Amino acid sequence: MAEQPTSVPLATPGPQTGPANAIDVRDVTRDYRRPRTSLRHPSPPVHALRGVSFAVPQGQRFGIVGESGCGKSTLLRILAGLDRPTSGSVAIDGRDITGLRERRLKFVRERLQLVFQDPMSSLDPRMRVGDIVGEPLIAQGHGNRRERVAELLEAVGLRADAADRYPHQFSGGQRQRISIARALAPRPKIIVADEPVSALDVSVRAQVLNLIADLVDELSLTLVFVSHDLSVVRHVCDRVAVMHAGQIVETGDTEQVYEDPQHSYTRRLIAAVPTLGKALSGVSAADLNQEYRP
Amino acid sequence: MTPVPDTAPASGQGSPDDVLSVRNLDVTVGGRTLVEDVDFTIRAGERVGLIGESGSGKSLTALSVMGLLPEGLRATGSVRLAGVGHDLVGADEARMSRVRGKEIAMVFQEPMTALNPTMKVGRQIAEVLLIHRTRPDRASARAAAVELLAQVGLPDPATAADAYPHQFSGGQRQRVVLAIALANDPALLVCDEPTTALDVTVQARVLDLIVRGVQDRRSAMLFITHDLAVVATACERVMVMYGGRLVESGPVQEVFTRPRHRYTQGLIGASDLTAVDDRGRLVTIGGSVPPAGQFPAGCVFRNRCTQATEACATRPDWISTGPDSGYACFHPVPESGAPGTGTPAIQEAGRG
Repeated sequence: MAEQPTSVPLATPGPQTGPANAIDVRDVTRDYRRPRTSLRHPSPPVHALRGVSFAVPQGQRFGIVGESGCGKSTLLRILAGLDRPTSGSVAIDGRDITGLRERRLKFVRERLQLVFQDPMSSLDPRMRVGDIVGEPLIAQGHGNRRERVAELLEAVGLRADAADRYPHQFSGGQRQRISIARALAPRPKIIVADEPVSALDVSVRAQVLNLIADLVDELSLTLVFVSHDLSVVRHVCDRVAVMHAGQIVETGDTEQVYEDPQHSYTRRLIAAVPTLGKALSGVSAADLNQEYRP
Repeated sequence: MTPVPDTAPASGQGSPDDVLSVRNLDVTVGGRTLVEDVDFTIRAGERVGLIGESGSGKSLTALSVMGLLPEGLRATGSVRLAGVGHDLVGADEARMSRVRGKEIAMVFQEPMTALNPTMKVGRQIAEVLLIHRTRPDRASARAAAVELLAQVGLPDPATAADAYPHQFSGGQRQRVVLAIALANDPALLVCDEPTTALDVTVQARVLDLIVRGVQDRRSAMLFITHDLAVVATACERVMVMYGGRLVESGPVQEVFTRPRHRYTQGLIGASDLTAVDDRGRLVTIGGSVPPAGQFPAGCVFRNRCTQATEACATRPDWISTGPDSGYACFHPVPESGAPGTGTPAIQEAGRG
């Protein structure tokens, strides 16, 4: 169904030849149709993504910033092979995934893993932590799962006996550590984290951000970090793409985008973020609230 | 059912400007104490933040003020509100419902659950005016509702009044909730994480409207959040809560630049995303917040505090440093101490 674009120069087929980008997104669009509300006319299509292109080299920490409805969740689903673009292409480690059938996507599930925002709804409450973390290993026919699970729990700072307990017995920060352990189980090279610290308290947020940074360094992972909070992305990522209304309006080195934003939307986004420093130097709520004029 | 208030009448030392006086507030369930000995005053026109992490007791404090504690939880102590002749602790529902929506109004985190999905928003605003008889009839209540929608910046307020909650975005819904809260010019506005679920630009908008709304009415505000930057932006004074107790309070500028309590210092360090060590890691507080009711005896923070000594096994007294400021700590940050980072109270938890 998904049309295969003809001119994709980078989609070198076959296993890695040379250092292909971890992720290559070329001109991706995604249209939805809402359910009909009229008998005579179909609902107008929703253009969730409108020509999104970017590349993430191996080992980079890439941030995607945007507000609700900007298309970042749709983009993540497409990156993970959970949804298909209407047009355009996505390559993981140089292999195009846009036209592949579900069972040919196994390599994506091994290479790329997701960490979600809400660690309560993304962990099955009736499974023990050991089974949750070990589940990705079943599909991939791992031997000796117990040992690997213990190793993973230790890597995220939990005790090995956590494996015998249930998710509700853990705090929010610990549950997010469990999600991270599960994501690491199949030894992925790419982690895509969707607002992984947005639901966490301040002190726990710092702990989880440090954990993610440690793991990315130690395991040489490529990280795609999605957040609505530009100051978190600034701390975590080397490069950032700012999304608005289904398009990337600005990309660049994080520090540069933060210090010298070029697009008016980026400027407004940065201006709206409250920080302790700004507040203590007299920035009021009225100052944060500048009307956005494109 | 009626707890006996610890009769320390607010009039004892209260000034005529006091709007809310909370004295010796405890919240208990079964044998466990969830909020202990909370004491504070908010005056007319004052915006006061209450910060703390999940499980610190900040929401229970707010719910006790409004008489909305969940079944089974019991508040003791005293909560007095200017213009209300009785103590709010132990007041029955009939009396509380006359106060709520009039003298005290509230804005919660989730605007969808605060609104009635089957009722047009204009009528929901008019309802609070008619119930408390602050407008004589439907027509004038409706006119006031449209005016309130205009005040919270909804475009085309007359049309908006005839729309249902689901027709609005999350930020617009929160503005409708704010319009309802401000309808009767409350003496006290209680906000519990009102912008936490919102996007940053929408958060800026709603914060601006809240601050303007209370400033225009000279209302007192109690603003609860876990976000230090939001409190510093919206409030003049801040109270820090941990383990069900107030551990520090004072003017925003003072508490956030020269914290005295080790927990406050840790919170400020952990929320600063620009301060990192040589490995690029953030400052953290070791360990995690214990479950409610399982905090250590003595100083509630001592099992996470690197400064803790045997002295901390007894409860530290409140050391008053001003009319509205003070802290409860045996080993406070020295007054000349650099704020936030670098001091031994804060450890590099890493994988903690």
